[in-house]
Amino acid sequence: MRGRVTRFAARDAGPAARVVGFMAHLRENGFRLGIGETELALAALAAAGVGEAAVRRALKAVACGCAEDWARFDAVFDAYWRNGGRVRSRAVPAGTPPAARSAMLGEGASGSGAAPEPGTEAVGGGDGEGDGEGRLIATAVRNLRRKDLREVVPPEDIRQAEAVARALGQALRDRRSRRRKAARRGAALDLRRTIRASVGTGGEPLRLMRRRRPERPVKIALLVDVSGSMLPYARAFLAFMAGLMRRDGAADAYLFHTRLVRVTEALREEDPLRMLNRITLLADGFGGGSRIGEALAQFAATHARRFVDGRTVVMILSDGYDSGSSDALAGAMARLARRGCRIVWLNPLKGWRDYAPVAAGMAAALPYLDLFAPAGTLDDLAGLEKELERL
Amino acid sequence: MASASTVQDGLAGQGYVASADLAMALHLSLALGRPLLLEGAAGVGKTEVARALAAWKRCELIRLQCYEGLDAAQAIYEWNYQRQLLAIRALAEAGETGSAVEARLFSEAYLLERPLLRAIRQPVAPVLLIDEIDRADEEFEAYLLEVLADFQITIPEMGTLRAVTRPMVILTANGTRDLSDALRRRCLYAHVDYPDRATELAILQARCSQVAADLGAQIVGFVQDLRKEALEKKPGVAEMLDFAAALAGLGVADLTEDAGVLQAALATLLKTQADRAAISTEVAQRLAGRAA
Repeated sequence: MRGRVTRFAARDAGPAARVVGFMAHLRENGFRLGIGETELALAALAAAGVGEAAVRRALKAVACGCAEDWARFDAVFDAYWRNGGRVRSRAVPAGTPPAARSAMLGEGASGSGAAPEPGTEAVGGGDGEGDGEGRLIATAVRNLRRKDLREVVPPEDIRQAEAVARALGQALRDRRSRRRKAARRGAALDLRRTIRASVGTGGEPLRLMRRRRPERPVKIALLVDVSGSMLPYARAFLAFMAGLMRRDGAADAYLFHTRLVRVTEALREEDPLRMLNRITLLADGFGGGSRIGEALAQFAATHARRFVDGRTVVMILSDGYDSGSSDALAGAMARLARRGCRIVWLNPLKGWRDYAPVAAGMAAALPYLDLFAPAGTLDDLAGLEKELERL
Repeated sequence: MASASTVQDGLAGQGYVASADLAMALHLSLALGRPLLLEGAAGVGKTEVARALAAWKRCELIRLQCYEGLDAAQAIYEWNYQRQLLAIRALAEAGETGSAVEARLFSEAYLLERPLLRAIRQPVAPVLLIDEIDRADEEFEAYLLEVLADFQITIPEMGTLRAVTRPMVILTANGTRDLSDALRRRCLYAHVDYPDRATELAILQARCSQVAADLGAQIVGFVQDLRKEALEKKPGVAEMLDFAAALAGLGVADLTEDAGVLQAALATLLKTQADRAAISTEVAQRLAGRAA
């Protein structure tokens, strides 16, 4: 819905300043733009010609960087130039996708000091981890949440989990690249360097240089079930998740219950308390029912297409109790497996004496798993190192 | 002064129907000298853009197809080792030694140009198409950034080679892997979608003029509806053109006239077993009936 053209205040400094304002507006809405893009935008406008359509298209080509940006751009453009009302970082609209939401929260916290920071509301939990000068602000957002992750995961757990995550990460890191690199020992000759060296010995290749295939790290995509039935294990799993993300720059993390949320960005937060806050905001509905099939199907159709490839291990932490249909789960697993990744399912219930994968969902997923193992605590996870090495 | 519509008209002259968004992105890419990153599902005509652009500008199209493990030796340059080895022997017998040999061995004559180096050394600026950049790995992206940043390539034995002309660079990706932010930020961006009904009809008429107008409308309607079905691999524009050519070749005048022929011609549109099974004769007939 387009309104009238926005009327800027008279003290506004002209078109260039408005474009700068627009770029700031885009940043607030989760676009990743630097100063370079602002310059580029001005140059593009000079080259684009006049008229709203031309301006819109020119800015679109400059500001967008991926398909999501491309789809969102027009709405954001209208909001700024067509009086659609600017979206403030503190009032999170219900329709905003989770990724944008996390980005906005990040902006709000590091931006102007006047804006209430959602990140500070938690300080004062009594464990002395906070920065000591927390302000008590806006609780409206918080009251909506039924469960608070901060009560579930204490920051010291995360530190312990980091060690476990590091060990597991190393166990997985044994796949080799296809690219060969110069090395002292290796299977293939490096002709280029051999010839170069032979020039000094009159053309006789006395010293043979070699190339080998270096080790390549495996990426981990972690999907954690945070539905009601998983609550007893949430502490260990979330800590593991946080630990893994802090160790491994390439890992990817998701939470799911009735829907799926990507929490990678939030988990990269430096301060553990702030991080938990952001996740709590993202994981709205934490502790509710679970629709594993739907969540995984959503993962396979969206994020997996971008982040999961043959060098990825998808790790699912869930008990397999699915309130959706098991066909949906089987379909999603098949689709995921087709991306060439390895799939590990860690199930806290598997450790129980009488447990067999009777949950229909679990049974449907079994054929697609590379590893199905029990894990309910951090110690269990640490014990998986050997098995993961064998993958 | 050139504008987006000049680009649109120019490409139309080559049989490529570009959307207004894409035309603007191409125009800016030419005007500002920035690479253009095209994303979109397979088969929407990303690679074809580069071909049409090169044909319109009457310049060479240099294509670099990316794959996992692609490295500098295949993308930028390589020394011709066999010739070098032979030359070393010959020169040694002729009594030449030391630095004279070295200077001769690492000269133009022994250099094999690969696409990136070739692109920056053309007297007339070519179109450089870096196809499916997301198939290459992160290390290659880093090489590429360096080349795209200042259009120069350093060969340790020869020094730095600067671009004679700036190539028009088009990168395509279809989401095999997430591209780095650094690369995205160097590039202008356009997302190419499946064309809408009118555009697709225009493409069909531009490329397959032997197809009659009413059959063309049916074909486009059929393919557009087919894309709305839950398929693993949606048919792209190229598939639609194959489909049209197949029907024209089979002498079909109306999609609903022969269910068997239509089902056979679907081989040009549906490329997986699951998709073939999903579009049974009944489904195909229903879609054809709706399109007619």
